[in-house]
Amino acid sequence: MKKIIVVLLLAFVGFSMNAQDKAVKKSKNKEVIIKALGNCEMCEKRIEKAAFSVKGVKSAEWHVDCQDVHVIIDENKCTKEDVAKAIASVGHDTDLVKASDKVYEEMHSCCQYERL
Amino acid sequence: MYKKIMYLLLLVSSITQAQNEVIKGKIVDENNVTLLGANVYWLNTNIGVVTNEDGVFTIKKSQETTSLVVSYIGYNTKKIEVIDDSFLTIKLKAVEELSTVTVSKTIKSTEHSLFKATNVQTMGQRELLKAACCNISESFSTNPSIDVNYSDAVTGNKQIKMLGLTSPYILIAEENIPSVRGASQAYGLSFVPGTWVESIQITKGAGSVINGYESISGQINYEILKPANDIPFFLNAYGSTDSRFELNTHFNQKYSDKLSSTLFLHGNTRLNKNDMNDDGFLDSPIGKQINVLNRWQYNDAENGIVSFLNLRYMNDEKQAGQVAFNPDTDKLTTNAWGSEINTEKFEISNKTGYVFPDMPYQSIGFQNSFQSHNQESYFGLNQYDIDQKSLYSNLLFSSIITNTKNKFTTGINFTYDKYKEFVAVNFAQDFSRIDNSVGAFFEYDYDNLDNFQVVAGIRVDNHNRLGTFVTPRLHIRYNPWKDAVLRTSIGRGKRAANIFAENQQLFASSRSFSILNTEGTLYGLNPEIAWNYGLSFIQNFKLFGRDSGIVLDYYRTDFQNQAVVDVDFSPQQVVFYNLKGNSVANSFQAEFNIELKKHLNFKTAYKYYDVNTDYIVGNLQKALQAKNRFFANLAYETHILDKGQQWKFDATYNWLGKQRLPNTSSNLPQYRLDEFGEAFGVVNAQITRTFSSTFELYVGGENIGNYKQNNAIVGANDPFGAYFDSSMIYGPVFGQMYYAGLRFKIK
Repeated sequence: MKKIIVVLLLAFVGFSMNAQDKAVKKSKNKEVIIKALGNCEMCEKRIEKAAFSVKGVKSAEWHVDCQDVHVIIDENKCTKEDVAKAIASVGHDTDLVKASDKVYEEMHSCCQYERL
Repeated sequence: MYKKIMYLLLLVSSITQAQNEVIKGKIVDENNVTLLGANVYWLNTNIGVVTNEDGVFTIKKSQETTSLVVSYIGYNTKKIEVIDDSFLTIKLKAVEELSTVTVSKTIKSTEHSLFKATNVQTMGQRELLKAACCNISESFSTNPSIDVNYSDAVTGNKQIKMLGLTSPYILIAEENIPSVRGASQAYGLSFVPGTWVESIQITKGAGSVINGYESISGQINYEILKPANDIPFFLNAYGSTDSRFELNTHFNQKYSDKLSSTLFLHGNTRLNKNDMNDDGFLDSPIGKQINVLNRWQYNDAENGIVSFLNLRYMNDEKQAGQVAFNPDTDKLTTNAWGSEINTEKFEISNKTGYVFPDMPYQSIGFQNSFQSHNQESYFGLNQYDIDQKSLYSNLLFSSIITNTKNKFTTGINFTYDKYKEFVAVNFAQDFSRIDNSVGAFFEYDYDNLDNFQVVAGIRVDNHNRLGTFVTPRLHIRYNPWKDAVLRTSIGRGKRAANIFAENQQLFASSRSFSILNTEGTLYGLNPEIAWNYGLSFIQNFKLFGRDSGIVLDYYRTDFQNQAVVDVDFSPQQVVFYNLKGNSVANSFQAEFNIELKKHLNFKTAYKYYDVNTDYIVGNLQKALQAKNRFFANLAYETHILDKGQQWKFDATYNWLGKQRLPNTSSNLPQYRLDEFGEAFGVVNAQITRTFSSTFELYVGGENIGNYKQNNAIVGANDPFGAYFDSSMIYGPVFGQMYYAGLRFKIK
């Protein structure tokens, strides 16, 4: 009897785990919004270019008024963090990853947004 | 014992932890008044609190950061580093008084794009209003890229040219569905009332493959007003001293947030017979037009669907010729020379677009159009009837390759044209036929998001008369430095010339018609094939602190084959034949524009054309084409006051150099023309007074200098004789003309 219960339990757990797998199936067109600080058109280009440098990023549009970048990614190929890292690496602070001071200082003066 | 020590240690550590667990503080303004409801949070975390009525907060210490952010509306956000656990008093500085500042920039009425691969300029509504009258063929009079000419002295029809080539070589489309083609080539633009048009996009040089293989010198696309963002009611009434009257009314109804429709009603008429140059002929035809369009729009933004349905009916009647001509008694007789052109048009078209909800860069478009165009006409003793029923269908799919830097559009389209065409000149012949074509296209667009873009397109078509052929097009954009763009384009075009429909002005002459070739599939002629190469450069800059810019472009069209229309072989003949040798059109344009003062804009352009063809008699410059043209436009607007009151002034000067006239040396001396028509200039001006956002009046004048071409109709005294010819037109026939009108809107 005990065995049966264990088997049933295992089966159930396995099944539910499977189901969970399905529920978190990675989307090929996942829209993620990342806070990314910047000032001007140059920033826009830099941020979008950095986002596109990540494999799996399909589109990237930065909005100066909201200070965020709307990115559509293929979750099989990259994550939100990868994109944030790429943006930070060119000098723009994101909500996930900060830019290093050195890169920030090296940016054009017009691009040196107010850091929080 | 060890255990006890452990417990003690644990206890101590937990006490010290408890001591370190929270930070307390108070938020005040510059006058030490406490701020209630200020936000206090750890930088880049979700841990945050709000100050109480005493301005005091208590926040748990964060493991991740020591940066504390304090923000309050109307005050500058402050970030502080928390070093120890002491009670903090944080002072916030008020944001400097925000005075209401409205930043406004006047959008140019015509915009040259710096970031598109094609050399495209958009004429907005304000530009279109600069020419209050009447249909879109006249809208181009304020644009230097397009030349507006009279086609003949009888029908008053205006013909447009781009890069020195007449409108058949331009692909003219209504919302990307080819609209002025085949039978409607001569008068099609005059069947689109100017008030219906939202904007016009002019593309110089080879166009996109998406719209077809026919464009050679460029593309003109016009957008009709969209019901979803139209105003409920619009009225425009117009009257002029040449007794032309126009009435436009638009009624818009929004049925829901998704469904809306507009009913466009247009009527125009010219009642009085005018003969200002006393040659016995009407300067412009009398007639009337009724034009109705009912447009429906369905917008479902959530599901990414947009759909339009257009239903249209048009009836146009024109009567031209001698003042004494009475159609009831004189039609097709030699009592008096006269002409009637009656056109009836019916159209139904639909386009539907679908954007994938989770993929804004991927879409499907489907366009379908059915058009029926029936023209019945006679010109003196010549008769010309053409009826065209056509079906056009285009299915497009747009998406990306890996990311939006690499876009593509692909699709298939289908065209079916059934022509009933009857020509009775020196011969009578039925040219009825059916043309059909099916094609597939692919266009790839690479943009490095910075300064470089390539659009490469290719299409393959199968046409029952043109055969199976490939059409390649290439556009490159490069921004070498700030505010500058360098573009180049190359493309091939191929088309079936409708030699009679496109050259109707020649019916109003005593010329005999002959086609020298017989082996071709189009009236015995071969398809026209041309390559177009273009280079353009735009630089915007500040001159004395004022926005200004220059546009330079050079285009060359090289015909491999052309249906040559030869009026130089003999003044009594027009001869059509396949090109033997070269036919090229070179055009160079230099444009300069500057905002002289706020709201005062000046635009000037110089154009040079070298259009020459190998005719039977040798290589000649294209007749009735000025080599040199000069253009200037000055526009001034006063600042818009609170209720919308405004004055607008606009003046355009067009100068045309001497134009070669077709050879008349074999005529009797009194019917000979000079080798060249004289150079002349024309000034048009308009003043608009806006009284409020709902009402405005305008007055204007055309050809204010009152220039008139002498001897506009050769042999006008003997219209049934061998020398009669009304197609030798290089300048205005009608002298100065003044008009006035009003616009009324309900918003």
